[in-house]
Amino acid sequence: MPDTKSKSAAGGIPPNSVPQASMPPISLRRRFTDRAMTGIAVLTVILVLLPLFAIFTYLIYKGVGSINLAFLTQTPKPVGEPGGGMANAIVGSMVILAIASLLGVPFGIGAGIFLSEYGRNRYGDIVRFVSDVLNGVPSIVVGIVAYGLVVMRQKHFSALAGGVALAIMMVPTIARTTEQMLLLVPQAIREAAYGLGVSRWRTTLSITLRTATSGVITGVMLAFARVAGETAPLLFTAFGNQFWNWKSDQPTAALSLQIFTYAISPFDEWHRQAWAGALVLIILIVGAVTAVRVAVRRGTLAGA
Amino acid sequence: MGVGISVEHLNAFYGKTQALFDVNITVLANHATALIGPSGCGKSTFIRCLNRMHETIPEARVDGKVRIGEFSVYNGTSATQLRRRVGMVFQKPNPFPTMSIYDNVGAGLKLNGFHNRKQLDEIVHRSLQSAALWDEVKDQLHKKSGASLSGGQQQRLCIARALAVQPEVLLMDEPCSALDPISTGKIEELIFQLKEQYTIVIVTHNMQQAARVAEFTGFFLLGKMIEFDKTEKIFTNPSDKRTEDYITGRFG
Repeated sequence: MPDTKSKSAAGGIPPNSVPQASMPPISLRRRFTDRAMTGIAVLTVILVLLPLFAIFTYLIYKGVGSINLAFLTQTPKPVGEPGGGMANAIVGSMVILAIASLLGVPFGIGAGIFLSEYGRNRYGDIVRFVSDVLNGVPSIVVGIVAYGLVVMRQKHFSALAGGVALAIMMVPTIARTTEQMLLLVPQAIREAAYGLGVSRWRTTLSITLRTATSGVITGVMLAFARVAGETAPLLFTAFGNQFWNWKSDQPTAALSLQIFTYAISPFDEWHRQAWAGALVLIILIVGAVTAVRVAVRRGTLAGA
Repeated sequence: MGVGISVEHLNAFYGKTQALFDVNITVLANHATALIGPSGCGKSTFIRCLNRMHETIPEARVDGKVRIGEFSVYNGTSATQLRRRVGMVFQKPNPFPTMSIYDNVGAGLKLNGFHNRKQLDEIVHRSLQSAALWDEVKDQLHKKSGASLSGGQQQRLCIARALAVQPEVLLMDEPCSALDPISTGKIEELIFQLKEQYTIVIVTHNMQQAARVAEFTGFFLLGKMIEFDKTEKIFTNPSDKRTEDYITGRFG
């Protein structure tokens, strides 16, 4: 394609008006390399997306048959009794994730603001290092920390403890992405605000953070999606519960815990329910992320 | 109304590098004053010292006396208060990208705690009119983002935004360098009208522009103010050889 184009363009220029370099036709080797590289790029995209589609399809195949009204509205039945559902776990997961987000998002964004706006120094480097290490701490260890911080004090398991554990895991991801997104905001935008007599803290909150909103939200959603399926940190914090619980200071069921318990059980009925639970969990995460994206897009102006 | 500016023995530094050496200048109220000179000669640093924008850069430092009207710039007054009286327009148009046209113009007032909707409407209207942008955007005030406008419109939006806080002095740092000749013409016309209400200091690389818009012109070289006089004098009969070399293009 490219060589026919360049020929016609060259033909349009009258001879001897512009001195023309005679361009040799694009060699076979170059055309081959071009095709090969495009091919490799497409292949890697497929390889990256394949596991996601595979998991989703398999979950639907295995789980959709067990999702029914009872599954979505009832609590688990004792072993041997058919039916029952995970309604309490669905609600429990939502409560725990809400607590985690309420705690983790403000801290994460706050830390990100510090790193980008005030942290171009040694203190910032320390926070960055600590946050990267925290990001690499195994989730079960974070669970132990929440156990020590909340469960030991309350003397029992609770949704709050689970939320704290997940919040700790959210903070480093949110902090580092927020930092990166704020750094992308041109200095000229901050200067524009300073030039209007807007104070520094106000500029940071109302101008810099606002300009970076969509990126910051991407970071929050990444962190949210990452912790939404966590099981290990909930094992000895939220603990799980076979019954309804509406109090945030009582042991609370969570989808991931319920899936774990059911999946390692020896009963076929529970296995089927575990698949259904996994499908519900993934739908909840996709739903939450999509809802936030749509809400953000609604608030965005044309051309922004 | 505009107010005059007086600068005495101004020195500015970036870390250990000195960018301005003992600058002295008196700017008359309600006039336009142009600053010319080669790149890196300290023009921008100089006007950034007038609204204390210089100090937002880490390790930057200033000493000397600057008075804007009755206001002493480096003595006891806060930078934010000063900047409400000394507006600034930057080299590259920098509207707030996530805000509507209306919010861009109103930003300075809103973020400083002014929320009277009716008055805000009026000020936004008046500012956009002063910046000669009203007719082009009046139907999309709330619908369109400031960043969706053309470059020239964006710069006029930035001027409107600066005017909305009702400053006494307007600093313009090469406001037309990113614009085409037609937009430049519009902004120059604007400067002509704005002089009646504001004191304008404009940095420019375009000597014709300086000659067109300003009554006074200062020539900077290597951080020093070489000559400051009536524009006519600078361009027809400069007293310093270096000024002459620069404006006739014989420089360096």
